Amino acid sequence: MNVAAAIPQPVRLAQLPRLKPATVSTVDWHDLSEPEGRRLRELGLDEGVEVEMLHRSAFLGGGPIACRIGRMTVALRRHVAAAIHVLPTPAS
Amino acid sequence: MNQAPLVALVGNPNAGKSALFNALTGARQKVGNYPGVTVERHAGRMALPDGRPVELLDLPGAYSLDPSSPDEQVTRDVLVGRQSGERLPDAIITVVDASNLDNHLRFTLQLIALGLPIVVALNMVDLAERDGLKLDPEALERELGVPVVATVAVRKRGLDALKDRLGDVVRGVHVVRPGAGVQHDIVVLQRRARQIATAVTLSETAARRWTHRFDAVALHPVAGPILLLALMFLMFQSVFAWAEAPMGWIESGMALLSDGVAGALPAGFVRDFLVQGLIAGVGAVVVFLPQILILFAFILVLEATGYMVRAAMLMDRVMASVGLSGRAFIPLLSSFACAVPGIMATRTIADEKDRLTTILIAPLMTCSARLPVYTIIIGALIPDRTLLRGIGLQGFVLFALYLLGIIGAFCAALVLRRTVTKGTTSGFMMEMPKYQMPRLRDVALGLWQRAEIFLKRAGTTIAATVAILWLLATFPQAPEGAKQSEYSIAGRIASGIEVVVRPIGFNHDIALALLPAMAAREAAVAAIGTVYAVDNPEDAQGEATITENLRNRWTLPTALAFLMWFVFAPQCISTIAVTRRETNGWKWPAFMIGYLFVLAYVAAGITYWSAVALGL
Repeated sequence: MNVAAAIPQPVRLAQLPRLKPATVSTVDWHDLSEPEGRRLRELGLDEGVEVEMLHRSAFLGGGPIACRIGRMTVALRRHVAAAIHVLPTPAS
Repeated sequence: MNQAPLVALVGNPNAGKSALFNALTGARQKVGNYPGVTVERHAGRMALPDGRPVELLDLPGAYSLDPSSPDEQVTRDVLVGRQSGERLPDAIITVVDASNLDNHLRFTLQLIALGLPIVVALNMVDLAERDGLKLDPEALERELGVPVVATVAVRKRGLDALKDRLGDVVRGVHVVRPGAGVQHDIVVLQRRARQIATAVTLSETAARRWTHRFDAVALHPVAGPILLLALMFLMFQSVFAWAEAPMGWIESGMALLSDGVAGALPAGFVRDFLVQGLIAGVGAVVVFLPQILILFAFILVLEATGYMVRAAMLMDRVMASVGLSGRAFIPLLSSFACAVPGIMATRTIADEKDRLTTILIAPLMTCSARLPVYTIIIGALIPDRTLLRGIGLQGFVLFALYLLGIIGAFCAALVLRRTVTKGTTSGFMMEMPKYQMPRLRDVALGLWQRAEIFLKRAGTTIAATVAILWLLATFPQAPEGAKQSEYSIAGRIASGIEVVVRPIGFNHDIALALLPAMAAREAAVAAIGTVYAVDNPEDAQGEATITENLRNRWTLPTALAFLMWFVFAPQCISTIAVTRRETNGWKWPAFMIGYLFVLAYVAAGITYWSAVALGL
């Protein structure tokens, strides 16, 4: 068994493949403006929370993404999703 | 104190708060002028099981007691007794979405800390169960230390139990110190909320619901925008196609009324005033009720299903390109029905500059009051030809006018964001509610409230405008050979205006219609009708006559310039008034009037000159 393949590497939420559950490892809060960071926390984003990429809207390129945070679906702009580092949940 | 206890209904957005409010108060609601958006004061009466009356207050949805929009500020201020004109509530019902506990409980924890008597409504437990989530309300009650009642507001389940528990908590005197001991650190609250949510969850299975399946289409990079465009197109086509028959009925009704009055009264001033002035004028406006209701029905349904937030997300990229966010899409789409609720809906936009820009461009969205004007001019002067299968030239011109308003608004936003409303954007972050079947009763209630507002307007502002105009257009009587519409007082005022608008192709009729149109845009139709009525008092009244006269007296370039004027001109006193209220002063409404009139004049002028040059 290849041990290295079983240990998931952290990726940015913006790069997470669709419908692959992951856990938030760190958030670059300093990359976000103060109101953005606060809103994100209010929407339930926090280290340790389960997230999942659901949809990427590519309308005229680079539109917001829809992701699941906990049990809630939230739309975020790409640069916000890029500030969130996640650890893909190993497939069981 | 013999005032009924005041109970505030509080909760996160999308917790089903408004549905619970409707279920608890039924028809006994007192709403502001523009209901539907929860930013107005919504209050209703309900009775407790022991018969005591309670005043229920539906507060705007919020995520926490630390407001990040004017909307959430109202909620906070009411709950700490700082909102002027509102007493401190005697108790709180907080609504939480059962399938979103770890999130909604955070706000609940803050609310409990306020110290007011409180009951938690664990709402939408049926959806949570379908979602594979089984909860233990008793465990939640133990964890929180306050009463918890499982409810399904839309099916009226759990309401009696909720009233029982509310009755218990509003009994007796409570000494509270509002705001004391409230935790404001989101991280601490969130962890505690998640802990509780885990403790009260009996079982959880992942179930991929059809919300995700539908979103796979609605938010698809290609299919999503196509669906949005198709929905918008369907909306505007239906406004025309479905309204035709009911409009015919209203017209027949008005004709009957007109004949009845004419037959019952002796010939003379009073009869002319009633038949030619009031009935013809008000009738010309009331006939558009079906179109306005169809438009509102679409918007209400889109909002109730949860699709509106998806539309906002799809539009975010486009909106960002002109310095706005997708959040501005909802107020702007509401402005297609009426700019007044649209401007009020901007209160959900956190960033001040973002919000101001949205307010300034909202009047460019083609509101329903412009429809009567567009319809009658298009019907009279644009040929009824088929462009493509199912798409007529008239419908296409209407679509183009709507599109023009949107393009104008985007260009205006682009310029404004680089000049007078310069600043950073607030970004775009929104919770996406689950799709829901709209409830017929809620949509019907919303429509009824809109119809009431429209008819009230027709019966007051528009009737008064039309009556004054008719009097001014009738006196003094023109001598033989002179035209009444030119000889009368109104005619002479119009001749003054005509000097200014003549260069952009406007004739005397239009000059006369511009003044009453300031009171309400749709009064322009009534005004034009009045002009023809006073010139030819023998003729029958109604839309057919107006159409006939328009064909004889207007050229196509004039009609096109007139339509263009209506796309841009800020002709609506209510919009100006609400802008003043929402921006706290005359500075921004004055700016809005200025830039829109300049735009209107230039656009109408260019249209007229080009049309003449093209030989139309």
